[in-house]
Amino acid sequence: MALTSIKDLKGRRQSQMILERAIRFCLVSCAATAVVITVGIIGSLFFEAMRFFRDVPLFDFLFGLEWSPQTALRADQVAASGSFGAVPLFAGTALTSIVALSISAPLGIFSAIYLSEYAGISTRNFIKPLLEILAGIPTVVYGFFAALVIAPALRQYGALIGLDVASESALAAGLVMGVMIIPLISSISDDIISAVPRSLREGSYGLGATKSETIRNVVLPAALPGIAGGILLATSRAVGETMIVVMAAGLAANLTANPLEAVTTVTVQIVVLLTGDQEFDSTKTLAAFALGLTLFFVTLTLNIIGNQIVRRFREQYD
Amino acid sequence: MVIPMTKEMQFSATSGLEPSPSEAHPKIHASCVHVSYSGRPAIRDVDLDIRANSVTALIGPSGCGKTTFLRCLNRMNDIIDGCEVRGNIQLDGEDIYAAGVDTVVLRRRVGMVFQKPNPFPKSIYENVAYGPRIHGLAGKGKDLDATVQSSLERAGLWDEVKDRLDAPATGLSGGQQQRLCIARAIAIEPDVILMDEPCSALDPIATARIEELIDELKQNFTIIIVTHSMQQAARVSQYTAFFHMGELVEEGETKVIFTNPKDPRTEAYVTGRIG
Amino acid sequence: MTDQAYPPNLVTDAVPGVRKRHGKEIRFRLLGLSAILASLGFLVFFVASIVITGYGAFVKTVVLVDVDLSQEALGLEAGYTSTDLEDVSYRTVVRGAIRGMFADVSGRSARRELTGLLGAGAEFELKDIVLKNPELVGSQQSFWMTASDDFDLFNKGGAKEETATQLTPQQKDWYRGLLRDGRVKTAFNADFLTASDSRDPELAGVWGAIKGSFFALGICLLLSFTVGVLAAIYLEEFAPKNRWTSFLEVNINNLAAVPSITYGLLGLAIFLGIFGLPRSASLVGGMVLALMTLPTIIISSRVALQAVPPSIREAALGIGASHIQAVFHHVVPLALPGMLTGTIIGMARALGETAPLLMIGMVAFIADAPSSVLDPASALPVQVYLWADSPERAFAEKTAGAILVLLAFLVLMNLAAVILRKRFEKRW
Ligand SMILES: Nc1ncnc2c1ncn2[C@@H]1O[C@H](COP(=O)(O)OP(=O)(O)OP(=O)(O)O)[C@@H](O)[C@H]1O
Ligand SMILES: [Mg+2]
Repeated sequence: MALTSIKDLKGRRQSQMILERAIRFCLVSCAATAVVITVGIIGSLFFEAMRFFRDVPLFDFLFGLEWSPQTALRADQVAASGSFGAVPLFAGTALTSIVALSISAPLGIFSAIYLSEYAGISTRNFIKPLLEILAGIPTVVYGFFAALVIAPALRQYGALIGLDVASESALAAGLVMGVMIIPLISSISDDIISAVPRSLREGSYGLGATKSETIRNVVLPAALPGIAGGILLATSRAVGETMIVVMAAGLAANLTANPLEAVTTVTVQIVVLLTGDQEFDSTKTLAAFALGLTLFFVTLTLNIIGNQIVRRFREQYD
Repeated sequence: MVIPMTKEMQFSATSGLEPSPSEAHPKIHASCVHVSYSGRPAIRDVDLDIRANSVTALIGPSGCGKTTFLRCLNRMNDIIDGCEVRGNIQLDGEDIYAAGVDTVVLRRRVGMVFQKPNPFPKSIYENVAYGPRIHGLAGKGKDLDATVQSSLERAGLWDEVKDRLDAPATGLSGGQQQRLCIARAIAIEPDVILMDEPCSALDPIATARIEELIDELKQNFTIIIVTHSMQQAARVSQYTAFFHMGELVEEGETKVIFTNPKDPRTEAYVTGRIG
Repeated sequence: MTDQAYPPNLVTDAVPGVRKRHGKEIRFRLLGLSAILASLGFLVFFVASIVITGYGAFVKTVVLVDVDLSQEALGLEAGYTSTDLEDVSYRTVVRGAIRGMFADVSGRSARRELTGLLGAGAEFELKDIVLKNPELVGSQQSFWMTASDDFDLFNKGGAKEETATQLTPQQKDWYRGLLRDGRVKTAFNADFLTASDSRDPELAGVWGAIKGSFFALGICLLLSFTVGVLAAIYLEEFAPKNRWTSFLEVNINNLAAVPSITYGLLGLAIFLGIFGLPRSASLVGGMVLALMTLPTIIISSRVALQAVPPSIREAALGIGASHIQAVFHHVVPLALPGMLTGTIIGMARALGETAPLLMIGMVAFIADAPSSVLDPASALPVQVYLWADSPERAFAEKTAGAILVLLAFLVLMNLAAVILRKRFEKRW
């Protein structure tokens, strides 16, 4: 068999180059999908929301106190399809998130403290995955649990001490959501606490401090900024959570700061507006996109700031 | 386990300002100290007595076990996983590794200053007040202020920071931070202060200040200092111990070690031929 | 050892206040431990209550009914054909049978209560049996037939008086009579796994939802795995380090944290609104889930690629392979197990996701299992949502049962990921 001629090699090399070009193009376009998705999200939300704001002024949407998007009673009431003041939704979202965080922040942070400072390696390796299970359970399951078990229990025990708890309440939804977020907070806090340099702890032990004194007075203050970043990320999760609130917080807008009452949230209203019978172009459906746009920007902001803080914290002690 | 508290004990527990016992009773007595990290020996068979109200320098090439030995003296090695300490170390005649010893009590009496300044991320005031606070030494307000001031004064930092006690300690310069750490250590009035290369990160002026400080402090405290600088050891210490590859090669009065060492390794080291 | 052996100046009590501080130490530690125990306790409580509630979905109450299958009772004339057999009014036969067992019952309402003991599907069960075994015609038979949902709940709830408000006292008496005669038992409810959704709780099953989820996940896997892995390969192996790639990176990280419902809105506006794809189809569901899982898969695939040591690339380049050959022949195969692990975990998340599917209309009541990705379909988590919303009490246990099926799939997927990771865990 003759040796491959130089010319042959050149030809093969050329066809291979073309193939490699094609592959490279394919790779780049796959990576660009991420940008396409972002553009798609922002574009579709923005476009539909703009159409909504043609009917309802932005100011009325952001600062209006009444939310009742029911369509007009008479066919000729075109624009009068209800009121779209989103403040009760923002308040409801804030209320459920606050309840959730007041459960998950202490439990998550204390779990992280125990895991990173007290638990042995084997305990840690055993408990961490168990906690992660909480984050892996589908939210619809949490929602069902909140509605089936937690809400009736709250109602019952509330009645015992003379509190009137609604059958759907911000408290029930927030409690369960809080449990869902525990692993998120505990794993970020765990990372952050472990990143606090050993020399700080030793400085405190060297003065005769006990472990808990060291943790409370030295480790936690040092870790606080990082943990705060983690809590922002958790807030973003809570704000964007949908199924739990749909199933346990309530559907009717209700401007209240009382967690024992039913409230509705931004995500719940998106679901309410878009499920069931509807024409696609009504102000009602467009309102869902306006809410979606708000949600997107709020969660994005929380994420960007949260990530920034966590990253800066890590760099600080690198 | 309840031990009746005698007057004498209480006296001894806060005896930082007391004059030293006689030479016959060393402040710290270490014998046959072996330390290993996860089974790998770091120091072997170290016997060393530390005299009270003096400065003892630990010298030796890098990795010879100076820090390891120093950290045995207030049981800081306890918090390192896999570190095992054998042998006998006594503080004022009491075995510090005996059952029932509380490391909190021990470290309250044997303070430590680390190689790299490690101020807490708090204000200057809070850094110094931290020790007295956790130990309940000075109440609040005036008393604590006085303790903080006198500690900072003794550490030679007061004039530089008296106007910004509430500023974060991390904003101080390296030398100031190290002096702050010393102030923090002396604020709890320990008997013994362990210093692990306290000047390694400092410029000559800051170093000179700290050396001055050590000289003053030895009137009230027993000081053990690890250093890589022969000149520093010669300047500040009365006694010197030379470590080499995990062994204590030679110890004695600083003058003798530097001018007339018995062991050829010591001589080679102090004259700069090994290390 | 006596107390005397302790060094008196170094024990806890040598310094006042230290004992109290140790007490605080222990309390603090307990606080941490109780935070963990509270979280885990919730998990246990949660799983236990789902299992206890959902267990009932897998068993059903059956009643032994004596059925007269004589030709007269079936209304058949001599020389009947199999078509005639199909046209028999089995409903009447079943009613007759149950009334026959309680001959003393009379009156319209009492009779209606009596037929209320059996489920709505009883006539079909009988029809199935007769059509399969035509030789039974002309004989007297006893069959175990599915009881109605109220009766089922009453039986499974231990026949406590307060559990079944739906049943009349008389129905409860009948139940006790049947029980005494050994005519009531519970049996495995295969229908729950093989049937699709139904308005009647005792007929409803999860098969349609499983199939819908399967279709959607298949589409999701196809799209997100190929695109995600290729994107990761580009970013990790080929991309120059410049503004554009760092923008891409930030973009991907932020997409991973966008609320899932937003992806549903995107799907609604673009896939349904612009492309005009069918509503409620698992195709669209899969596409939306793919967008949602893509960032996760890109991130975990990059981690897997980073774990392949540079020496492998250098070795391949050293023997004259082109950059692309080095990556696709040598690096990617080594990173594949890691990528697959990340993908499985992403798929598990997609399987449990509900909100985006609601947006694209996968919430309709669908009684038939979908046969293609374009058919209107439900999905397991959506089925959970629909049933949880339903007012009939019997659906509560169906919901929990569907959750158990969903959790079983999730456990299997995560187990697969763990095994894959263990198996291919390489130390370079
Ligand atoms: N935490 C640790 N884990 C394992 N080995 C250690 C640890 N700390 C020290 N060692 C080992 O013990 C030996 C002595 O270390 P040590 O830190 O005491 O040296 P040193 O004399 O203080 O050195 P240097 O002058 O560089 O500070 C070294 O071989 C070191 O590798
Ligand atoms: Mg050292």
